Amino acid sequence: MSEFLQQVINGLSLGAIYALIALGYTMVYGILRFINFAHSDVFMVGAFMGFYAGKILPHESMLGGIGALVFAMLVCAILGILIERFAYRPLREGSKLTVLITAIGVSLLLESGGQYLFGADPKSFPMMFPSKEFSLGGIAISSNQILVFVATAVLLVALQFIVLKTKIGTAMRAVSFNPQAASLVGINNDVVISFTFGIGSALAAVGGILYSSNYPSIDPYMGILPGLKAFVAAVLGGIGNIPGAAMGGILLGVIETFVNGSRYSTYTDAIAFTVLILILLFKPAGILGKLHVEKV
Amino acid sequence: MLQVKNLKVNYGAISALHGISLEVKQGDIVTLIGANGAGKTTTLKAISGLLKVDGEVLYNGRNIANVAPHKLVGLGMAHVPEGRMVFANLTVAENLQMGAYLQRDKRAIEHDRAFVFSIFPRLAERQKQIAGTLSGGEQQMLAIGRALMSRPKFLMLDEPSLGIAPILVKTIFEKIVEINQKQGITILLVEQNANLALEVSRYGYVLETGHIILQDSSAALRQNPKVKSAYLGG
Ligand SMILES: Nc1ncnc2c1ncn2[C@@H]1O[C@H](COP(=O)(O)OP(=O)(O)OP(=O)(O)O)[C@@H](O)[C@H]1O
Ligand SMILES: [Mg+2]
Repeated sequence: MSEFLQQVINGLSLGAIYALIALGYTMVYGILRFINFAHSDVFMVGAFMGFYAGKILPHESMLGGIGALVFAMLVCAILGILIERFAYRPLREGSKLTVLITAIGVSLLLESGGQYLFGADPKSFPMMFPSKEFSLGGIAISSNQILVFVATAVLLVALQFIVLKTKIGTAMRAVSFNPQAASLVGINNDVVISFTFGIGSALAAVGGILYSSNYPSIDPYMGILPGLKAFVAAVLGGIGNIPGAAMGGILLGVIETFVNGSRYSTYTDAIAFTVLILILLFKPAGILGKLHVEKV
Repeated sequence: MLQVKNLKVNYGAISALHGISLEVKQGDIVTLIGANGAGKTTTLKAISGLLKVDGEVLYNGRNIANVAPHKLVGLGMAHVPEGRMVFANLTVAENLQMGAYLQRDKRAIEHDRAFVFSIFPRLAERQKQIAGTLSGGEQQMLAIGRALMSRPKFLMLDEPSLGIAPILVKTIFEKIVEINQKQGITILLVEQNANLALEVSRYGYVLETGHIILQDSSAALRQNPKVKSAYLGG
């Protein structure tokens, strides 16, 4: 039993990180209907920004950790906005396929750019937050895991608040539903889209730092696998759906952790993805996704 | 208020408007009638900036051809598009809130909302309802109400009668006249229902395959034999 709970906790904390990354995929898809493949590299840049912040900020302190988070979030938000502005916006009227290919190009650019700027060799990520192990009736839980839960929960609630209760969030939903109609009420679609990229990228930065705090070796290609899984999580939850992306991420993290802890651990990814394919076979729009019904 | 001069629009290689000219005077209701595919929707989209155009669109003397739609809203232009295009995923209240997107003054927003509810009481009852679940007629009211929330000086309506029961169509047209008279909003009305459109408007243009073939006071157009046989079913 306690081993089961242990796995659940480990799975949840891995899944929460997938969830943070998945949000960026799903938000951009919701508004532009395309997959921003460069998102996983923004996650990587977030991790590196945490790494560099660690050169100045104090380690193993709440203040240093939060400082690193804020710094990485800012840099990544700006990076995300710039990527959209210069790579995607000029192609917005063109075919989705063109934008998709551009996104892959931007992804490769960030990876090789990272190799050039940060170096290709793996670096060990500093311990930014205070680290402690707690034991609750035989279950080990680290302060890092608690941090992941708290940060993800706070960010999810904040995001839902923005999207559901604020004017800019309502505008995001309006643009996502019908950009033309949105422009006819005075919404500048460009501003809303920039905002969406900024938020999604800032969340990826948090994901990057929290991920690296748990798996403290970072390199310019570190985003590929978690990014792919987060993308799958977003599809699993119902692409375009924010709570869905969070659920998908957590589900994927838990499945992965359980398979990893079993004797089939060599096949972790294969089994995790098979489960996903099965779910999608029965719920093609994802767990929370629904097909829009429009009245004419 | 609005002067369109030699307006041309192409969809790729297809030309939809071959250089039309029209004028809407301050305080007027002007209608644009024509058969399916004549280019009525294209004309409105061209004026509100949704389409790239050739030619001049003078709005209060300023050429606004190819200015982005969201900027024109700030200049007092509102466009209720064909098929309504309410935000089906938002509530009625949120749709109205988005209508007032550029309005900063909370009091003014409250005031406008009260005005919208006074002409469409149905919307007041359904504020919390998701717009996509409204009936077609209610969605049309919402689309007009949303446009009014931006405090327009110039309002374009694209087939407000589309898919609505005749009795409700009559109500909606009464409201349109009311909006024009009470609020002094200038209106350009596109309609298939030429009878009704010529009844409420003062001046009219007849569009045929991208050309304006006739223009006159609405009263005269109603008597015009060509209009009678082609558009008034008699
Ligand atoms: N996006 C588009 N791409 C290509 N052709 C288009 C497009 N939109 C409209 N057209 C064409 O332009 C012409 C004018 O269309 P428009 O929608 O303006 O007509 P309309 O007068 O509003 O007709 P209706 O009364 O049926 O709404 C039509 O021949 C139509 O097929
Ligand atoms: Mg039309």
